[in-house]
Amino acid sequence: MEKRCTDSQVKGVSTGTTILAATFDGGVVIGSDSRASIGGEYVSSKTINKVIQVHDRIFSCIAGSLADAQAVTKAAKFHLSFHSVQMETPPLVIAAASVLKELCYKNKDELQAGFITAGWDRKNGPQVYVVSLGGMLISQPVTIGGSGSTYIYGYVDAKYKPNMSKEECLQFATNALALAMGRDNVSGGVAHLVVVTESGVEHVVVPGDKLPKFHDE
Amino acid sequence: MLEETGPEWLSEEVKTGTTIIAIEFNGGVVLGSDSRVSAGDSVVNRVMNKLSPLHDKIYCALSGSAADAQTIAEMVNYQLHVHSLEIDEDPQVRSAATLVFATLNGLLTRQPFAVGGSGSSYVYGFVDAEYRKGMNKEECQQFVVNTLSLAMNRDGSSGGVAYIVSIDEHGTEEKVILGNDLPTFFDQ
Repeated sequence: MEKRCTDSQVKGVSTGTTILAATFDGGVVIGSDSRASIGGEYVSSKTINKVIQVHDRIFSCIAGSLADAQAVTKAAKFHLSFHSVQMETPPLVIAAASVLKELCYKNKDELQAGFITAGWDRKNGPQVYVVSLGGMLISQPVTIGGSGSTYIYGYVDAKYKPNMSKEECLQFATNALALAMGRDNVSGGVAHLVVVTESGVEHVVVPGDKLPKFHDE
Repeated sequence: MLEETGPEWLSEEVKTGTTIIAIEFNGGVVLGSDSRVSAGDSVVNRVMNKLSPLHDKIYCALSGSAADAQTIAEMVNYQLHVHSLEIDEDPQVRSAATLVFATLNGLLTRQPFAVGGSGSSYVYGFVDAEYRKGMNKEECQQFVVNTLSLAMNRDGSSGGVAYIVSIDEHGTEEKVILGNDLPTFFDQ
């Protein structure tokens, strides 16, 4: 059986990337960097937004091959909007995650993309789901992905607390992204953050020079 | 596969896929390591001390191939001993580092703290965020233990117990922290 390729071995334009999502008391924070590179050598975009809105209160972050991820999210958006018309109610976050999972699992031989789906729904409140490369779907309170995530496992394990306030969670996510972008050469640019709660959606963009600085900078 | 190839660990090289860390504070240094030695998927030693003395107050943290690392540490230990007899005083840390660098060929650089081994990737973010200048010895020891614990939780090739060595002008102190005494985090 072929080994799944890591982010850094993706051919074509890859989002060698850092993405994360974390639940807090009343909502979720979803974040990503903004760099797209080819072969890890050339930055093809400094300002790409990897946090895609798939429905009013549901967002997905993409990692892996940009082309695959865009194609999958486009299909997923369509499925979801049709589903929500049929059900006459906004879709559940797990429905969005399942749609992505079906697409990833059924096409696992052709695709090289992973997703973090996060959002808020009336039934279960704030949730975060991970759909990995082969199509596994699991729910976690906090999750990180992409090539830059390796460097912040320790930080996230140490600093994440369940039921933080919105401001604490935003600061945690910004710090985590800044640390990953500082160590991973294929992550960088600005930090895109989205805060989703029952009352709405808030976009925060932190430009590179406003990111938190740590001891050696 | 029709042939009997025997267990993997008989043919795999023994590696100390590892987490090691060293940090300077005002007055000394603290070194730390995990204790797992693996050969392929097997753990062949779960209690190896990867902090090797090069001289009374100079230690070296090992990673990579267990055989090569141990051999280099022993060679440098011997050479440093001869060197210290020749200059009739304790050797400089810089001399020890240069001897290792000369054997291995690579980059020699002085830093306030350093992490290494397979488990280090997972804790770069943590050490970048948490390191502060001017910590005292106890804070450094706590920082090292926290870092090792986080790395051991995420890296399959790191685990076991944590060994800590603290060196200052008064002497060298070796400590072991057993698995169940290591700090735990929100998902444990």
